[in-house]
Amino acid sequence: MESILVLTHADESSTALSKGSLEAVTAGKELAARLGAELTIGIIAKHASGAAKQVASAGAKLLAVQGEEFAQARFASDAAACEALWRAAQATIVLAPHSSRFARVMAAVAYRVGGAIDTHVTAIGGAEDVEATRWFYRQRVEAVLARTARPWFMLLDTGTHAPFEGAADTQPDEIAIAVELPEMRTKVTGMRSPEQSQQTIRPDAKLLFVAGAGWTKKQPDGQVHVEEAGKLILDFLAGSGASLGSSKSLVDQGGEGQSVLPFLTHLNQVGQTGSTPRHPKGLATCCHGEEPHVVGWRFIGERRAISLDPNCGWSRGKADVVYVADAFKVMERLNERLGNRD
Amino acid sequence: MPHPLHIIVCAGIVPDPLQTLEPTTNPTGPGIKNEMVLPAVLDPWAASALYEAANLAAKNPGSKLWLVSLGPKAKLQQVMMTIAQRVAFELVPIDGPIGGFPDAQATAAALAEAIGAIPGLDRARLLVFGGWESASRGAGVTLQLVGERLGITDQFQGVDQIALRDDGSFEVLERVEGGKHQVSVCAGAPAVLGWATGNLAEPRNNPQIGMANMRTIMPALQRAKTVALAADGLRYVSVSLPKQQRTTRVEKNMTPDEIAAEIVGWLNNE
Repeated sequence: MESILVLTHADESSTALSKGSLEAVTAGKELAARLGAELTIGIIAKHASGAAKQVASAGAKLLAVQGEEFAQARFASDAAACEALWRAAQATIVLAPHSSRFARVMAAVAYRVGGAIDTHVTAIGGAEDVEATRWFYRQRVEAVLARTARPWFMLLDTGTHAPFEGAADTQPDEIAIAVELPEMRTKVTGMRSPEQSQQTIRPDAKLLFVAGAGWTKKQPDGQVHVEEAGKLILDFLAGSGASLGSSKSLVDQGGEGQSVLPFLTHLNQVGQTGSTPRHPKGLATCCHGEEPHVVGWRFIGERRAISLDPNCGWSRGKADVVYVADAFKVMERLNERLGNRD
Repeated sequence: MPHPLHIIVCAGIVPDPLQTLEPTTNPTGPGIKNEMVLPAVLDPWAASALYEAANLAAKNPGSKLWLVSLGPKAKLQQVMMTIAQRVAFELVPIDGPIGGFPDAQATAAALAEAIGAIPGLDRARLLVFGGWESASRGAGVTLQLVGERLGITDQFQGVDQIALRDDGSFEVLERVEGGKHQVSVCAGAPAVLGWATGNLAEPRNNPQIGMANMRTIMPALQRAKTVALAADGLRYVSVSLPKQQRTTRVEKNMTPDEIAAEIVGWLNNE
């Protein structure tokens, strides 16, 4: 008989659960219902009461680790907290969000309690058994796998389940779990945003806008127009609220002494050596559609592209619409229209 | 003030990203068709870790750098012919299976055992580097498990920068959600750092470094211990390529204004 523990953590406010955590609660509820398993939710937060209230109506036993030491994400304290929650719950299956906070520690926790782990899980299925779906080779090969080892930890990719929304009037009855902390040799001193005039990475944006290397190449007049390209892109981001991604070749140009868009960093990179973001829509511009680039778009819903090359890889079943046109001219008109929209 | 470090870089080898991959079933489980003959490269994020490690070692005279890599000997030798020309290191090869499908627990056990057996390794000065995720399994698990097996309780993942201070402590920048970095200060070695891209460009090939490296790499490859990676209850139900093929509309004759109008309509359509 399986038993399920969903590990959750607070968001930046320290009082509410992160969106990924609420998604993991949904996954836990669904799996518990299918297996007829007992469900426990473990919370890690500076103050757990607000987070506990959010999931009080989930029909689960609530365990909480709270205190100043757990306000920030740190390996030693988070691993100790997760281990303590598991030891209190003794669950056979552990679900948790694949957040940077839990991705940093959960394999170590699984090792400490003699379990196995799979990360970047996108679906949990199986008929009588439990099966996890995840991608290999940077989203190029999809596999479904099962394990006999227990406890089995699974980190769920964000965006794969709907966030749990419970009744607001249910009073939580969480059990405080004590944690024996090791010596803290690491101190989190804060957060730092990349040196850029504005934040261009917006995980919750409806649109991912991808800028390819073509923006910094010679245009029909024989000149490069990097400044103009930068303005067009930033104006579009401001007008549309899109998140900015880029191809590796464009980011790398900065290190090779070529003209580069100053607001791009490796954090914007999508694809083989970048991120694989999830957004409902994606618009690619000046990209040449190689397989590594397509990899970065695996989890984009509706895809459109603007490219001068009618034979671009995008036109071969990867995008829904390809506009064969000069992106400079299209973006100029697009920004005018977005400006008028307000 | 320089702080001599002992830096271990764990790095696997993966098919060149431009290769087309096709899953297949081997007697030992799933694999990639012709993976042994596909051109291979050092795992990209682990390569960033190697370049950052070499840079850190150069800034701290007296430091030592080892590259611990698990893969078929022949493939390791092929990849080392390139990597060895970029930075100076001592190779600790482990002769084992290639690919992303073996369990990370078994891989981590083999790596930790090899690291533990390195003669003269000073664990008080030890930094274990690697990629935060591989381009094959892509789980971000192996390095963490190696750290646990070595008893290292300070770990960082998605690292883009390390700055060593005079007192031996160091500041680390880790990638977190929303395009930000979390800044931490660690009291000092030992620690595990899983690297993202870092900030360094790929070093240029230097034949002199290559020749010096190859003097130790070839004997090390000959001595490489062979390991088998246990599945430990892991069973693959299916392994397949994504089948999604879109019907693409290619618009060649629309004016920029018409395209802009259509895109705005698409953006507004929930």
